[in-house]
Amino acid sequence: MLDSKLPQRLSPEKLKEISRQCRIDILEMLEKAGSGHPGGSLSAIDIIMTLFFHEMKSNPSEPMWEDRDRFILSKGHGVPALYSVLAEREIIPKAELLTLRKINSRIQGHPDRVLLPVVEASTGSLGQGISIAQGIALGLKLQKKDSKVFCLMGDGETQEGQVWETALSAPKYKLNNLVVFIDNNNGQIDGHVEDVMDLRPLADKWRAFRWAVQEIDGHDFSQIIGALETARKETERPTLIVAKTVKGKGISFMENSIAWHGVSPNKEQLDRALLDLNGGFKS
Amino acid sequence: MSAPSTPSTSKEKATRDSFGEAIRDLGKEFSKIVVLDADLSVSTKSILFAKEFPERFFQMGIAESNMIGTAAGLSFTGLIPFCCSFGAFVAGRYETIRVSVGYSKANVKIIGTHSGLGIGDDGYTQMGLEDINVLRGIPGMILINPSDDATTRAAVRFAVTHEGPVYLRLTRQKLPSLHQITDFQCGRGIILKEGKDLALIGTGSTVIECLKASQTLSKLNPWVIDIHTIKPIDRALIKTLARNCKHIITAEDHNVVGGLGTAVSEVLAEEGWAGKLVRLGVQDTYGESGAPDELYEKYGFSANKITQKVMSLVG
Repeated sequence: MLDSKLPQRLSPEKLKEISRQCRIDILEMLEKAGSGHPGGSLSAIDIIMTLFFHEMKSNPSEPMWEDRDRFILSKGHGVPALYSVLAEREIIPKAELLTLRKINSRIQGHPDRVLLPVVEASTGSLGQGISIAQGIALGLKLQKKDSKVFCLMGDGETQEGQVWETALSAPKYKLNNLVVFIDNNNGQIDGHVEDVMDLRPLADKWRAFRWAVQEIDGHDFSQIIGALETARKETERPTLIVAKTVKGKGISFMENSIAWHGVSPNKEQLDRALLDLNGGFKS
Repeated sequence: MSAPSTPSTSKEKATRDSFGEAIRDLGKEFSKIVVLDADLSVSTKSILFAKEFPERFFQMGIAESNMIGTAAGLSFTGLIPFCCSFGAFVAGRYETIRVSVGYSKANVKIIGTHSGLGIGDDGYTQMGLEDINVLRGIPGMILINPSDDATTRAAVRFAVTHEGPVYLRLTRQKLPSLHQITDFQCGRGIILKEGKDLALIGTGSTVIECLKASQTLSKLNPWVIDIHTIKPIDRALIKTLARNCKHIITAEDHNVVGGLGTAVSEVLAEEGWAGKLVRLGVQDTYGESGAPDELYEKYGFSANKITQKVMSLVG
């Protein structure tokens, strides 16, 4: 692995390999923790991974390096995915993953920027991360820094009113250094998103708010990379990428199952999941 | 303990005006200050900064949650954001303050103007009457409710230089000048008058009411105290009062639940004080339209009502 501050620009093939390892990390840490959110971690992981291993300037030897790009996980419950990427990118020690949700750990159940500054923002109360991301993007621009800010929201999360306040303000401030993903896995705790509170037409709503909108498959690395390349060319508008994803992606018995939103696997389920990841399941 | 100050009522100014001028002046000295407002810059007086430093002023529209979250993000890039609105509206965005500012230890300063019944005619929905109550429960949040121009200016400077969240509670109505700028120290109450066994404690707009009442009650020689910092409360000063006083009256333009009176009562109870405390203020109810002085009278914390209360206690 390159120990460089520059974007790693790994190929889709290489990304796929690391994402498999991240999925293993996620499931192992959740099994050990005994609680947590596998469904939304597995739907988001390919996007977060691509950011850290392809797109973002980050510096494992100096994680809070001033000129780094920032990633804000607005859907804080998906944090096992972020922890796995930080570990694979060697920003946090991998052994620490197994302290997830344990007392005195920095690896909190939802991201805590005071205990673990590399998560950038304390999130988990939904709808707030995008405002924070906007503030960082605005602050960087004001101080003439060329770092970019990436943010990932859940689709259900966009039911929060604060999200739409930011949807209004980011185009006003011409934050072309802000790229927001929606992890469109169509699941939330109480059911399918369209049943709980329908968001359709989701992409059109953001277009109407004057964002540069793209729609992609959030598990196709070439498409994620392509969307990020397009976002880089924006000169004024913030970018919003609706990424169609599968809740529980990669694990046969978790895919598209609302039941796996907030329940961790036991040892037997973990073993079955690892078999899936070792080639036993073609999702 | 601060030296007693000499009150002078020569100069009257709303503390929101003091804030506007102070932040504009500090903007020159501190290039990291940025100011956000939610369509009330004319009323909060953040417009004074906006005119001087348009590139460091962010108009966020009528959307306070996003303003507060954005301020948190701005602070993460090393800037010192002040977000301004009416106290009722900013404190109402409790959950965003709780996580994006409090838990995040964000270096965000929240300005809540139009505190209390003192705004008068506009009525309850515009009155910050529970802002202290709501924000006092956020760990690490400093709450300052200054009583005049000098202490407001000092408090704004404190907010700029202090690393961490600060809430500054300001008035729409004019208040007389009571202090010197050097009298202000965060977390240290100001003794306006040393007295005998009775203390009148005010905060913000009620300090002058306490002072006026003390003049009528001069035979009883009451202490007059300005508790501008509600959190952290000046425990040492309240302990001093507890040692000396049989009666303590708090007066606040805020709900008595969770405000100054509550903060003082906590210290007195923990110290095992055997005296009698009376908490004047809005008695766990809502406000209404009216002239400020009429409202202070009706809701029972005007100088006149403070005097009457004392007389009924000790008279």
